[in-house]
Amino acid sequence: MRPIPRPTRLLATELACVRGGRRVFSGLSFAVGTGEALLVSGPNGAGKSSLLRLVAGLVRIAAGRIELEGGDGDANLGEQAHYLGHQDALKPSLTVAENLEFWTRYLDGGAATAPALDAVGLGAIAHLPAAYLSAGQRRRLSIARLISVERPLWLLDEPTSALDASAQAMLAGLMRSHLASGGMILAATHGPIGLEGVRELRLGGAG
Amino acid sequence: MTALAAILTRDMRLSVRQGGGALIGVLFFLIVVTLMPFAIGPDLALLARIGPAILWLGALLASLLALDRLIASDYDDGALDLILTARAPLELALAAKALAHWLTTGLPLVIAAPLLGLLLNLDPTATGAVALTLAAGTPALTFIGLIGAALTVALRRGGLLIAVLVLPLTVPVLIFGVAASNAAIVGPVPFGVPFTILCGLTLMSAVIGPFAAAAALRHGME
Repeated sequence: MRPIPRPTRLLATELACVRGGRRVFSGLSFAVGTGEALLVSGPNGAGKSSLLRLVAGLVRIAAGRIELEGGDGDANLGEQAHYLGHQDALKPSLTVAENLEFWTRYLDGGAATAPALDAVGLGAIAHLPAAYLSAGQRRRLSIARLISVERPLWLLDEPTSALDASAQAMLAGLMRSHLASGGMILAATHGPIGLEGVRELRLGGAG
Repeated sequence: MTALAAILTRDMRLSVRQGGGALIGVLFFLIVVTLMPFAIGPDLALLARIGPAILWLGALLASLLALDRLIASDYDDGALDLILTARAPLELALAAKALAHWLTTGLPLVIAAPLLGLLLNLDPTATGAVALTLAAGTPALTFIGLIGAALTVALRRGGLLIAVLVLPLTVPVLIFGVAASNAAIVGPVPFGVPFTILCGLTLMSAVIGPFAAAAALRHGME
């Protein structure tokens, strides 16, 4: 694994997003520096998820530009970001450990998965097929991917959904240490996610 | 490289654990081939003459069975999103998926073919020729099928559409597969000529398939 250049800023200029012929948002500009988190909020359908998918490179940019300053020049933005969406990308017939192992090997090419499983509290059931996991446990397993593979930008779509109080605290702790090590977070959410003093980007409605 | 090995082992593991993949394909192959003598009647000479064609048609239809889940399962659970954000090129990831698919569904057909040859009164030379052409030709079916799977990924119940899209494209493979088998049995063309063309078709589809499928996926991305 070669050392990853640490990006200094995520910069979006006059972004616009069109989905299904409808303009979801336009003229959106924001910046996220190292160690910073930006909460994206707004009513349903305001384009929170679309914005995250757009940053991850999964939705075409209709206008404007987005770049990761100081990042790895060989990789595009999506390759330097973790996308945690509504779907958890887990295979029911693989065990907990095998699911995480696959994503770790596929996204990064190695690294041990046991510490990440312990960090999200799934170490004891690593041998269980993912089919038997509850919604919250599936979410925890998806979150384990964020730790086992290191990427500077986290794109979290409703990261606290299905998580209980202790798991939310666990996630908040993980986000804090990610920010402390110079990472960035862009999170779409309806409520507080346990981080203090973060800026908020409001989409749609009241503007 | 690790990434591609990872996706190859994962897909093979999934195919083996979920069942259905290899075994269903072979059973379907068996049923199609077994039905033919009932339909044609007990004319051993006729069966031996059209045996290679029957085996090839059976293998072609059986290889279509699992195609609709090849990419759709990763699309449905969001895994495709993550595959798109990985450093490994999408084209190579799709090629690895196709290879895993062939190893778990195509290779069992090749292995089962000599047994089914007995049902069709094929002599050992003919059976060997058919198995060899299937081994060389079925990867082409998978790689062509990969394009169909990528095109129909977002559709519910896209299985039938895949068959309609893919079958016309497999005609050259079928022609040269059966031609090579017949050349080995009755001549007069030497076996090498159609067989070389068959191998060429497989190599060509192994290159074009992943690129076309990746282009289809990227284009369909919304």
